[in-house]
Amino acid sequence: MSTQSDANNHWHRRLERNTTLFTVLVTVAILIGGLVELIPLYQVHQRAEDTALVEPYTPLEAVGRDIYVREGCYNCHSQMIRPLHAEVLRYGEWSRSAEYAYDRPFQLGSRRIGPDLAREGGLRTNAWHWEHFWDPRAVVPGSIMPAYKWLYRRNVDVDDARATVRALRRLGTPYTEDHVDNVERYLREQGQAIVDDLATQGIEARWDQEIIAMIAYMQVLGTHLPALLGEDAPAPAPAGEAPGVDAPETAAPPAGQEPATEEAAADQAADEPALPAGEAVADEGADEDGAESDTERAPQDAPPAQDGDTP
Amino acid sequence: MVATSPSSEHPPRPAPHYDDAIVRAFVLATWFWGVVGMLVGLVLALQLAWWPANTELAALSFGRLRPVHTNAVIFAFAGNAIFAAVYHSTQRLCRVRMFNDGLSALHFWGWQLIILVGAVTLMAGMSQGKEYAELIWPIDIAITVIWVVFAINFFGTLAKRKTQHIYVALWFYIASIIVVAVLHIFNNLALPATLARSYPIYAGLTDAMVQWWYGHNAVAFFLTTPFLGLMYYYLPKAAERPVYSYRLSIVHFWALIFIYIWAGPHHLLYSAVPDWAQTLGSVFSIMLLAPSWGGMVNGLLTLRGAWDRVRTDAVLKFYVLGITFYGMATFEGPMLSIRPVNALSHYTDWTIAHVHAGALGWVGMMVFGMMYWMMPRLWGPLHSKKAMDLHFWLATVGIILYCLAIWVAGITQGLQWRALTDQGTLAYPSFVDTVTTLIPFYWVRGVGGLLYFAGICLMGWNLVMTIASASKSRGAEGGAA
Repeated sequence: MSTQSDANNHWHRRLERNTTLFTVLVTVAILIGGLVELIPLYQVHQRAEDTALVEPYTPLEAVGRDIYVREGCYNCHSQMIRPLHAEVLRYGEWSRSAEYAYDRPFQLGSRRIGPDLAREGGLRTNAWHWEHFWDPRAVVPGSIMPAYKWLYRRNVDVDDARATVRALRRLGTPYTEDHVDNVERYLREQGQAIVDDLATQGIEARWDQEIIAMIAYMQVLGTHLPALLGEDAPAPAPAGEAPGVDAPETAAPPAGQEPATEEAAADQAADEPALPAGEAVADEGADEDGAESDTERAPQDAPPAQDGDTP
Repeated sequence: MVATSPSSEHPPRPAPHYDDAIVRAFVLATWFWGVVGMLVGLVLALQLAWWPANTELAALSFGRLRPVHTNAVIFAFAGNAIFAAVYHSTQRLCRVRMFNDGLSALHFWGWQLIILVGAVTLMAGMSQGKEYAELIWPIDIAITVIWVVFAINFFGTLAKRKTQHIYVALWFYIASIIVVAVLHIFNNLALPATLARSYPIYAGLTDAMVQWWYGHNAVAFFLTTPFLGLMYYYLPKAAERPVYSYRLSIVHFWALIFIYIWAGPHHLLYSAVPDWAQTLGSVFSIMLLAPSWGGMVNGLLTLRGAWDRVRTDAVLKFYVLGITFYGMATFEGPMLSIRPVNALSHYTDWTIAHVHAGALGWVGMMVFGMMYWMMPRLWGPLHSKKAMDLHFWLATVGIILYCLAIWVAGITQGLQWRALTDQGTLAYPSFVDTVTTLIPFYWVRGVGGLLYFAGICLMGWNLVMTIASASKSRGAEGGAA
């Protein structure tokens, strides 16, 4: 197959005789780009993490996040709002790098078969999520999302959750020894707050159902932004920060969003939806109406709240 | 699978010291996993068009099944095809048998086991949650081990070669083996929490950068360079023409592998990743057009003087269409890396169309061309040339339907997301309205996929019949002897 008889004296012909040198040169060629792009970024991010105003996920939220990863939610949902006018109108404030400081693995996603979830926290009630995961079409007619009924049957495994917290702690997430040792208490307290909130809607649930962890994760998504931007202050208009931004009139979601405690998370979920001010309210308002009317139906539609298939 | 005895009649038979049993095994595995991967793809297409197809079984829900599809097509279908090509052509290019038959067998069975366990664990919900790197850490370690086995076997073969120079196909194989190892290891560095779950040592956007450095270069060094390598071997063989330009192959090889590695951040445009990284990704993606088209031009011009045969020889037809799709996909890729275009295309089906132009158009067509060229040389006369021709047309029409439908779907949805009313509010405030619009396109995509799938099934029939008649005639010979 050595067809290029004309080129026998070419410098490259000599290289072709030495496979070791050839392989080394290939390796060098590909490492340059990788190092230039990855190493500075790694350092930048380490620093961002040190100064992060973001709180780590609570154990229950971390477990919910694991379920999110397990079910492959990232295949249909992104968690990154780009600084584009229509996108900010639809979803709220664009995403900041520090918001992802504790995301392992990152879940930015690459395809929106469903909507972006970066500002999902506080947008809808716990009861809405409870209804939605059981039967998405009950609250969003026309939705093509699968029903996730097994999340209501399966229980959170406490030992598994402890392994999660321990591993994340070792990687630098600021959990304490207490989080590891008493992980069950953390799970139960936050879970029970959600269960109690659901009970006010006539929904009977248990704190250790997987769906409760999932709801906890949904409700924390994107809620650290006010802390990042300086509490209570309206978000600065994003103009100028990134190219392509057409500064929309967006304010930070209402204060009190950041769930400093488990109770706050539950309370806030029952509150008015946290929406960016302005037109976006009209946008998502439609969804919210549906949510409320379906919440009313919740008691008779309520999925089974008992009996898990835990090992 | 272990047919050996060369019969007198048909095309150039391999010299007996080459190990073709391993090539036959990889060819059959390629076909098998191709069917599995594409069948899962069809199920996913159906689930998007008709949600009840998700059933209520966790293992069959879209989110768990989609990684099965992507991993099966990339690592099982394309992977086995790469190994078939490498094991077949490397022996001939080095004029020696593979370095070690034991390593070859270990490579083959290890890889199939990895795929099988991978599919089962993914459906069980065991996932790392990073696209195309979903497999859990114990499987990642197994992949690393088997990849090292492959590398030892390959470089061992190079070391004992009886030729002086290494041919251009081998350059591409070398680059692929090295880079895939580097990417795989660095993207999967993680701390295990349990046997099935681990957490990456990188967090947030660093993890995203590492992932797309990996993800994009998996496209580059798993779905592009190995296939350019096999193009450089099988295309001149089938066309019976030398490669068009040796110098062009040098320039585009080094430029391609150097530039590709920078392009990953184009997956993160407009994200919170630093602007300089995004810009680098964009610029290098656009530069990538040149070496990519260098490969396409070198491939297509190799056919100079043989174009009359393209009309009659379906193997060449597969190659021509494959290389053309390569050219189109590598034009589309840089275009999608331009920020304003990306603003429209990102998160939509346009990306899916782009990927399938590459996977079905470039990878699939090159694999089919290679397999049809190999079949008479590995077993015996091809059972049906008509069926091969029909496969070509089924695949072609299938891809066109698939890509057109999904291109339109992607652009439609992208435009709906950004459409504003006169008052400056969103024209489609309810997200689900931008989803239901796409359902008709999803059906068309499903039909396209079905045609493509029918093609590979037809190939299976042709493959089985070819093997059957080859073993029958061998049996007859054996009886006579």
